[in-house]
Amino acid sequence: MIASLSLILLCQLVGEVAVRALAVPVPGPVVGLVLLLLLLLARDRFPVLARGPLGDDGVESASRGMLANLSLLFIPAGVGVVQKLDVLAEHGIAILVILAVSVIVTLLATVATFVAASSLLSREEENP
Amino acid sequence: MSDNPFSLWVYLSQSPLLWLTVTLLTYVATDAVSLKTRRHPLANPVLHSLWIIGAFLLLTGTSYTTYFAGAQFVHFLLGPATVALAVPLYENRRRVAAAVLPMLVALAVGSLTAIVSVVLLARAFGLPRDIILSLSPKSVTAGVAMGISESLHADPSLTAVSVILTGIMGAIIVTPLMNFTGVTDFRGRGFAAGIAAHGIGTARAFQVDEVAGVFAGIAMSLNALVTSLLVPLAATYLLR
Repeated sequence: MIASLSLILLCQLVGEVAVRALAVPVPGPVVGLVLLLLLLLARDRFPVLARGPLGDDGVESASRGMLANLSLLFIPAGVGVVQKLDVLAEHGIAILVILAVSVIVTLLATVATFVAASSLLSREEENP
Repeated sequence: MSDNPFSLWVYLSQSPLLWLTVTLLTYVATDAVSLKTRRHPLANPVLHSLWIIGAFLLLTGTSYTTYFAGAQFVHFLLGPATVALAVPLYENRRRVAAAVLPMLVALAVGSLTAIVSVVLLARAFGLPRDIILSLSPKSVTAGVAMGISESLHADPSLTAVSVILTGIMGAIIVTPLMNFTGVTDFRGRGFAAGIAAHGIGTARAFQVDEVAGVFAGIAMSLNALVTSLLVPLAATYLLR
């Protein structure tokens, strides 16, 4: 458990250091995600790596536990709404309408593009 | 100390312990309600935790800074949770590899739609420029959005609020909206949730379907990259 958590933190740490050293506009945790993915893929090729957190479902179960409660992690930032009650009192309705319309439009545009692109590609595969 | 119950409150209200406990207990309760209602969209645990904790802070006159001193331990886990997305991604790698092209096209369209729609709507409503800038990165995960907002000299705390509101609305609306459109491809449904509603959309997607959750997680990570590049451009061209 602790070893698995350490491995996750280590991936994030390396990610944060890398994006700062290279001054790239990529979030550190996203680089950490890629690193952990590469480690998991490397483990399949080199069974030597399958020990500690990478063996016996260690990092997998720690990650699943964290992701099962992903909603919890947004609460502290969200409670920040109490600091913004003045802006919300002035522009709250407009902001809510704008965000709601934007999220609906984005959901529809994204899913329509995804479905259209994947059916187009699978049709091409069927009749090359 | 025991002769004055108020002094106990003074001690507790300033200690991280109380606010960390309040955050966890409120989540446990709202998540239990969400489970009881078989994950009904309106029983969203983030939404209900926010107003309960917010009301509690206002009633007790506690500042957000004091609250955050305790809640930061939870907030900190956002980074490690992003890293943890590697695991479902790894477990579903074949399915993901087969859908790389549709994902990239949907990423470009979705990311652009998220930014342009919010900027144009906010302009139409005549909102002040600094509020529009603060709203523009609202579809990416909180930490990244706040960084973008800071680099544009907007208001990062207003950005955080708009990010969370967007996430909650997206998480509530995604299931009924997708059922309405008749799309049954959970890869696309999840991907849209991750683009439009970042981690809260991803959390919702994981509740509905594992594959949807995986695709939402990828969408959220990719969108964090694309949006950090696109928002400064949008600010330059759409807000002259």
